[in-house]
Amino acid sequence: MKINTREEGGYAIIELIGEVDLSCSPAARKQILACLKANRSLLVDLKAVTYIDSSGVASLVEGYQTAKKLNLKFGLIGVSDSAMSVLRLARLDKVFPIHANVKERLREDG
Amino acid sequence: MTEEHLLKLHFPANPDRLCLVRALVKRAAGIAGCNSDLAEKLVIAVNEACMNVIQHAYKGDYSGEIVLEILNNDNRLLFRVEDYAAPIDLECVKPRDLDDIRPGGLGTYFIQEIMDECTMGHLEDGVGNYLEMIKIIK
Repeated sequence: MKINTREEGGYAIIELIGEVDLSCSPAARKQILACLKANRSLLVDLKAVTYIDSSGVASLVEGYQTAKKLNLKFGLIGVSDSAMSVLRLARLDKVFPIHANVKERLREDG
Repeated sequence: MTEEHLLKLHFPANPDRLCLVRALVKRAAGIAGCNSDLAEKLVIAVNEACMNVIQHAYKGDYSGEIVLEILNNDNRLLFRVEDYAAPIDLECVKPRDLDDIRPGGLGTYFIQEIMDECTMGHLEDGVGNYLEMIKIIK
């Protein structure tokens, strides 16, 4: 897995690339939580995720809950088919705010 | 009844090896006649079973060994995951309620959703655990 970070539209964007499994999900979790603890609203870009297991999903859930506690915005963008099928299996596709891209999220933010 | 042994794999309980396991399970499922959607689901279940062993049986001791066997018995696919860790408390292995949104606890739920039958137990000699997962290919 590779992690890229960037800024767009007032959000920090963390892009996860490749397979997000137990061997690397702790790194993703660390990056997500560090970003939120720096008081940044966050979008996690999953368009290049080819596989995600329950430990990767747990990192996203922790991010979502931490953002709520800190009153920050959080969401997922560009979720790949592979990642979406796992989110659906966990019935989290209706829990996370999910958008196609940053522009779509900003439109909804108003 | 014809029984086909598709795979027997011994590997260290190291998260770095899971990518190899996933690739082999996907190929084995394809050989058994699963379409790619089903093969991907089976990969998720077996990956979660191996993760549970790494995290909860060996508790992060990467020197432990996992054995994965896949057998096809007339389109009844059996996945057996065995470890040699201390026997786990079988009562503690339960899928969580999905309405309780929290990190963790999803692996067992994924396995039960994807597979048709699951059986867990302790190995006969008193050290180790097994999980047998069956998927019927229609």
